Amino acid sequence: MFYRLLAAGCVAAVALAGAAEAKDWSKIKIATEGAYAPWNFTNAAGKLEGFEVDLANDLCKRMKATCEIVAQDWDGIIPALQAGKYDAIIAGMSITAKRKEVINFSLPYASTPAALAVLKTSPLAKIPVDKNYDLDKNKADAEKQIATLKAALKGKAIGAQVSTTHLNFLETYFKDAADVRSYKTTEQHDLDITAGRIEGAYASIGYWKPLLGKPEGKDLVVVGPTFTGGVFGAGVGAGLRKADDDLRKLFDDAIAAAAADGTIKKLAVQWFGFDITPPM
Amino acid sequence: MDPIFMWDTLQRLLPGIPLMLQLVSLSLAVGFVLAVLVALARLSAFRPLSAAAAGYVFFFRGTPLLVQIFLIYYGLGQFPEIRDSFLWPFLRQPYWCAILAFTLNTGAYGSEIMRGGIQSVPWGQIEAARVCGMSGLLLMRRIILPIAVRQALPAYGNEMILMVKATSLASIITLMEVTGIAQKIIAETYRAVEVFVVAGSIYLLINFVLTRGVRALEWYLSPHLRDARQAAPATEAAALAH
Repeated sequence: MFYRLLAAGCVAAVALAGAAEAKDWSKIKIATEGAYAPWNFTNAAGKLEGFEVDLANDLCKRMKATCEIVAQDWDGIIPALQAGKYDAIIAGMSITAKRKEVINFSLPYASTPAALAVLKTSPLAKIPVDKNYDLDKNKADAEKQIATLKAALKGKAIGAQVSTTHLNFLETYFKDAADVRSYKTTEQHDLDITAGRIEGAYASIGYWKPLLGKPEGKDLVVVGPTFTGGVFGAGVGAGLRKADDDLRKLFDDAIAAAAADGTIKKLAVQWFGFDITPPM
Repeated sequence: MDPIFMWDTLQRLLPGIPLMLQLVSLSLAVGFVLAVLVALARLSAFRPLSAAAAGYVFFFRGTPLLVQIFLIYYGLGQFPEIRDSFLWPFLRQPYWCAILAFTLNTGAYGSEIMRGGIQSVPWGQIEAARVCGMSGLLLMRRIILPIAVRQALPAYGNEMILMVKATSLASIITLMEVTGIAQKIIAETYRAVEVFVVAGSIYLLINFVLTRGVRALEWYLSPHLRDARQAAPATEAAALAH
């Protein structure tokens, strides 16, 4: 009798816990980096702004939730999600297999190839601009392009932001030929390109293109082919905890709707100057 | 906590130790010389010299080391004049920028520690040395500095430990020492707790060895303060041997 009571108690406790876990998503806390213009950045007034801030606000309206967007340093952005400091990451994060081992992703809301930028005065500036190569769909061609680039970058210092797909790309393909350096923010590798400490850096074309139009980027130029797929993953999505599958569904629906009615395109053109809506 | 993962992490962190030890030893060695010179300048009766030393100490103690590293690395690199100067082959490299920042920083703290040490030298001993005919550099070398260094050692040991920990800031200018590698492993695995526990233990171990070393040096430098009984057995043994 006692054991039966105990068992019943356990069942009830589990049921209660289950009920408590089905969270109410009328309030969602979203983290962004705040240092990756024009994706997300902190403006002169100290407010978060950018493509992803506008997109997050739009998605929240679609999910009928009130959202709070907070800034979080890039290198701790996934551990803090896991620690429950916020519920979602909307910070230009590429959907990669490695990240999928620890967190969940929504559908991609953007897709931008990776590109190399160098100083206009650098000998590397002569590398001709080429089309995009996908490391999944067209592996052989992409790797041929990488081999050519590798020869050009031999013995040169080259940078990318720490814990990005771009740094992963450099370490996978260029480590034995070039001096690969990692930076805490993309702004820092830009400063080092301008100072001549490194020859160039890899970042998303969605980062370079708008920068090149600004005074800070006037000395830079994007060269060579661009890359997608492979180590770069399947586009940029919202990062979510694995346990919150209900929230992932909410995000998926909202992103699909925002892509379908042209909101993503409108925001992309406004912030990047070109469309980055991924193929749905 | 996964012991196998922590073991792998340890093996990936070990290559960061030589760089860390280089940064610490080089900046402490040059920083110590700088500290003594600045402390002497600070105590100089020549006003402009002591004012310049005081200004240097004020600036480098009053601003965060992180800001100093940023200013030296990213700040100086902004000026074309510096990029075209003879200094650029050094300042171009993150390694020398870090050494410069650490040296200037520890030089400022060290100089105040040394100033305290020098000022603690009893006046009577200086007078006695003068009576024996010592003055100037000889007085400094034989009497003042040895006593000052011995007095300053415990506080200076603190500064050495702080420098070991300060090397963790070098990763912000692309130098991959222990903390830099640790952050990279976290970026790949998202297992912050285990990686930082291993990285922290490395600092702990190095500082353990360092504190023992400072203590041994303190013991060596103060024979007059040692307990007489400690020395006794050795003398007895020596007597028996004869």
